[in-house]
Amino acid sequence: MDGSDILVSAILTIITAATPLAFAALGELVVEKSGVLNLGVEGMMIVGAVMAFATGVTTDSAILAIVVGAISGAIVASIFGFLVLIMMSNQVATGLALTIFGLGLSALMGHGFVGMTFSGLPQLSIPFVSEIPIVGPIIFGQDGMVYLSVFCAFAIAWFLAKSRAGLILRAVGESHDAAHAIGYSVIRIRFLAILFGGAMAGLGGAYLSLAYTPLWVENMTAGRGWIALALVVFAAWKPWRAFFGAYLFGGITIIQLHIQGFGVAVPSQLLSMLPYLVTIIVLVFISRGSVRQRLSAPGSLGKSFYAAS
Amino acid sequence: MQPLLSLRKLRKEFPGCLANDAVDLDVLPGEIHALLGENGAGKSTLVKMIYGVLRPDDGEMVWNGQAVGIETPSAARSLGIGMVFQHFSLFEALTVLENISLGIPNELTGPGLSERIVEVSTSYGLPLDPQREVHSLSVGERQRIEIVRCLLQNPKLLIMDEPTSVLTPQEADKLFETLKRLSSEGVAILYISHRLEEIMDLCDKATILRLGRVVSDCDPSLESARSLAEMMMGSDLNLPEKRADNDPGPVRFKVRSLSTQPDDPFAVSLKNISFDLCDGEILGVAGLAGNGQVELMDLLSGEILCQQSDGIVMDNISVGAMRPGRRRDLGLGFVPEERLGHGAVPDMTLWENGFLSAMRSQDLMHKGFIKVAECVDFAEAVVTRFNVKTVGVDHNATSLSGGNLQKFIVGREIKQDPRVLIVLQPTWGVDAGSAAAIHQELLDLAAKGTAVLVISQDLDELFTVSDRIAVMCEGRLSEATPAAETTVEKIGLLMGGVGGADVIVERPAL
Amino acid sequence: MKIEARTEISKTMIYAAPVLAVVMTMIAGLGLFEIMGHNPFESLYTFFVAPVNTWDGVAELGVKGTPLILIAIGLSFGFRANVWNIGAEGQLTIGALAGSALALAFYDVESVFLLPGMIIVAALGGMAWAAIPAFLKTRYNANEILTSLMLTYIGLLVLSLLIHGPLKDPDGMNFPESRIFHDAAMLPILIEETRLHAGFLIMLAAVVSAWVILGRHIIGFQIRVIGMAPRAASYAGFDQKKMVWLVFLVAGALSGIAGICEIAGPLGQVVPVISPGYGFTAIIVAFVGRLHPVGIFFAGMLMALSYLGGENAQIELNMPNAVTGVFQGMLLFFLLACDVLIKYRLRFS
Repeated sequence: MDGSDILVSAILTIITAATPLAFAALGELVVEKSGVLNLGVEGMMIVGAVMAFATGVTTDSAILAIVVGAISGAIVASIFGFLVLIMMSNQVATGLALTIFGLGLSALMGHGFVGMTFSGLPQLSIPFVSEIPIVGPIIFGQDGMVYLSVFCAFAIAWFLAKSRAGLILRAVGESHDAAHAIGYSVIRIRFLAILFGGAMAGLGGAYLSLAYTPLWVENMTAGRGWIALALVVFAAWKPWRAFFGAYLFGGITIIQLHIQGFGVAVPSQLLSMLPYLVTIIVLVFISRGSVRQRLSAPGSLGKSFYAAS
Repeated sequence: MQPLLSLRKLRKEFPGCLANDAVDLDVLPGEIHALLGENGAGKSTLVKMIYGVLRPDDGEMVWNGQAVGIETPSAARSLGIGMVFQHFSLFEALTVLENISLGIPNELTGPGLSERIVEVSTSYGLPLDPQREVHSLSVGERQRIEIVRCLLQNPKLLIMDEPTSVLTPQEADKLFETLKRLSSEGVAILYISHRLEEIMDLCDKATILRLGRVVSDCDPSLESARSLAEMMMGSDLNLPEKRADNDPGPVRFKVRSLSTQPDDPFAVSLKNISFDLCDGEILGVAGLAGNGQVELMDLLSGEILCQQSDGIVMDNISVGAMRPGRRRDLGLGFVPEERLGHGAVPDMTLWENGFLSAMRSQDLMHKGFIKVAECVDFAEAVVTRFNVKTVGVDHNATSLSGGNLQKFIVGREIKQDPRVLIVLQPTWGVDAGSAAAIHQELLDLAAKGTAVLVISQDLDELFTVSDRIAVMCEGRLSEATPAAETTVEKIGLLMGGVGGADVIVERPAL
Repeated sequence: MKIEARTEISKTMIYAAPVLAVVMTMIAGLGLFEIMGHNPFESLYTFFVAPVNTWDGVAELGVKGTPLILIAIGLSFGFRANVWNIGAEGQLTIGALAGSALALAFYDVESVFLLPGMIIVAALGGMAWAAIPAFLKTRYNANEILTSLMLTYIGLLVLSLLIHGPLKDPDGMNFPESRIFHDAAMLPILIEETRLHAGFLIMLAAVVSAWVILGRHIIGFQIRVIGMAPRAASYAGFDQKKMVWLVFLVAGALSGIAGICEIAGPLGQVVPVISPGYGFTAIIVAFVGRLHPVGIFFAGMLMALSYLGGENAQIELNMPNAVTGVFQGMLLFFLLACDVLIKYRLRFS
């Protein structure tokens, strides 16, 4: 294999590793922009993964599997939404509960699917352009979900910065009391954001079980949901930074796998620690700038909203 | 003339409290109508129902002759009702343009809004720059956003909830000009306040609420301040007795050149604050909220430590680097601005809240274990001595009304016999009876020889209790003048940053 | 249905909510079993009653409950102070490794000091691992949920690294297991013919100590105030950074002790999987137990029952073990929902 082939295959695997993180992080970013901290990303991702996989192997339809993955993520998110918005439960505890429940539920549902494989997502190989050396397969030879993730980054960035609905969402996240006083339905807006975040996490999980490793394994998210949460902080709640952050982490995951593949005499466990270590280091760096954080973090993030009527 | 707005027997109840009881109100077009009452009388609740934020439990609202149910604020806006909130409904991290855009119907947004904001705001004497972020604006400027937001929708009725509580006397005068102009243009104004002088100057009609009921409907120009006060509070109020001028004792507490550089972009930096506090005197510090009072309080109490330990000196001991516990050991007492969450833990009992401050001075621990019986005794002593209405000291702080909780917190500090007492906004949001009681306690405390510092936005309060008054503006403190030698106007100018040889202010050009 | 705030939090509901949640979980469990095609009441019996039908079963309850309660007590200190230590699983693992390293280093020494030494070293190991998120939070303001969690994944990888390398039994046919601990390194059994070990007593001591400290000691008071009203804590002069360190170190120590008790108790050696997620289940135990030591004791026993039930259901009814996780998650959900009744009242119009 010559150098450019190695490079291309490395980049292709980075894209596959980054895409689940990108979906999950972008979704959670929208949720947090509306003022809600949903720690249940891991739980929503894993449920999306198992449901998508189950649908995929049963119906052999990738599209259906993806849609089911998104919907199941949203359904699980709605439990969180109900508890946090209507029952005003503590957001941190409820998010944790969601993760524990999601992990357990997915293990239960996936029980019968261990050992099966899925045929994988079809590549959208656009004729001609995808033959261009190096650039071709990278930009034009991806599967549909990768393009979807890029589209989502564009759409979310535009939505938040330029649309009126995005402005209202940001306002709710800044100060839910002021938004309520003006007359916006804080609960409805947040619930929609939570559903969206759930669907995105579900998509991220679906990509894991359909494309990244087209198998089902218990706990296959291996902490990616948590990394996605860290990415949102790392991105200072800006969509494109979250997207590139996902690629950065995808890159780290792949690099350590490749190093292991090269037979370097470093124990595989040490290399596997890399993504988690990097997450910690990144968090420390980001959090030191508490001033900038104060301005970019949504003002009412994590606070419960109660209004008399 | 047919009333623009008529309220008939409006009723609103909350758990534990009847906020509005069979309220009748008529507002004529172009009329400036005052809604008077002391804290807790039900004024805010009433107007929130008119603006659609709350829904009445009973009664009827009639707009232009037709019965209406106002379900949401946008329904109120489409009828032509605008509201300027007491605690602004603004988003600090967003721009003026975005804030206004959020508060108006979708049809009015879009290209040209920025220009219209500049046009309307300048024409009414309340200029605004659409691109400024709200957190960088002063309180008076923020109020302009609220007002301009309403004006852009051509309101027929403008509701203003305690607008002058955050303005200097000069800014208030400017506001009155604007309101009189709107009134002459046919806009009705419902003006909530508890400030009698300005009601008498400004308003055509006044409806007075007490404990949720209408007690009077009158023409303020035909009344005196005293008669209005009596209608608002009921019985003859025991106004605090200022003692005869006693000479202040030795300087007990010295602050020298306190300066800070906060990391928080929303915080105010303090610039060279210096003052002396003598035994037996009350020093009042006037200033609108947001000019560094909270930052100063944090440094004085020890919640934030000073860079230089001798920035604060008490009894010749440098306390700047000492934490609150050690400062209390030296005889410092302090009452913060927020009752629930800062001065007291909401979901803890009164005796636990007593322990919070008095644990060292009243010896309420034994080898680290809390002496419950002694804590209960202390709390009960405070309750009795300071007339705190409560079911029992084993009930949570949230079960007390604002005024009673404030009496407890102030009483808790006074009961510990402090040498120096520092209070921030002592009677904010407190009913008049409790406020008068607290003022009397502060005066008595000073008479016994304690040095007292009162930081407040309420000029009436400061003139009631202070021997000397200084002004804080944008993190700077002016020289203190004896209260008898200054006037509300002069203090007001200093609050706005104008005049006063020792105050140098950079006002952002607007 | 309307939700309105109470003037004062309801003390009855503080105790009633967990009971209500348990009942609701049972009912949901019936539904779950039905969907899975099993007889609901029989399954519920197999899950919750059958495991403790024998004395041996009750002893097993103690075996499973010990680590859960130990960890949950530690976590409850943190949660009460609004410090979210999610890394108990990692602290447990590192503590267990530290204590085991001591035991294996002296594998041929019979000394009465070995076991206490192991426990102390395990506590220190857990504390060291917990010190990292504490440091990152107090010094750099890094979110402790994410740092402690990342450290859990790293901690488990450290276990894997060591068990495939230095800790492997040299006489053990290359399995990733350590030597079997000798008697001096094992916790004494309390009841003959059962697995109930002295760790149970350590757990009881922890419950009582926590009860005393949280209830009546100034440290407990500080923790509660910091969690409920941080500005009031500042007003009172409490050092919040010190408290963050304290609650992390306490949790780390207790998790480490729980870890070594597992190895020097039921496991008998270091293996690739020391804990079936006790560090995470303990979070549920802490909440269901209302963050109160006595409540945690009962909640821990209930969770232990759910583990035994899951194992039993696997054997008797051929149900996948994951059912346990679902029950535990549901219980926490129901508890959080019922908790709303503490601060608010439901009005049906």
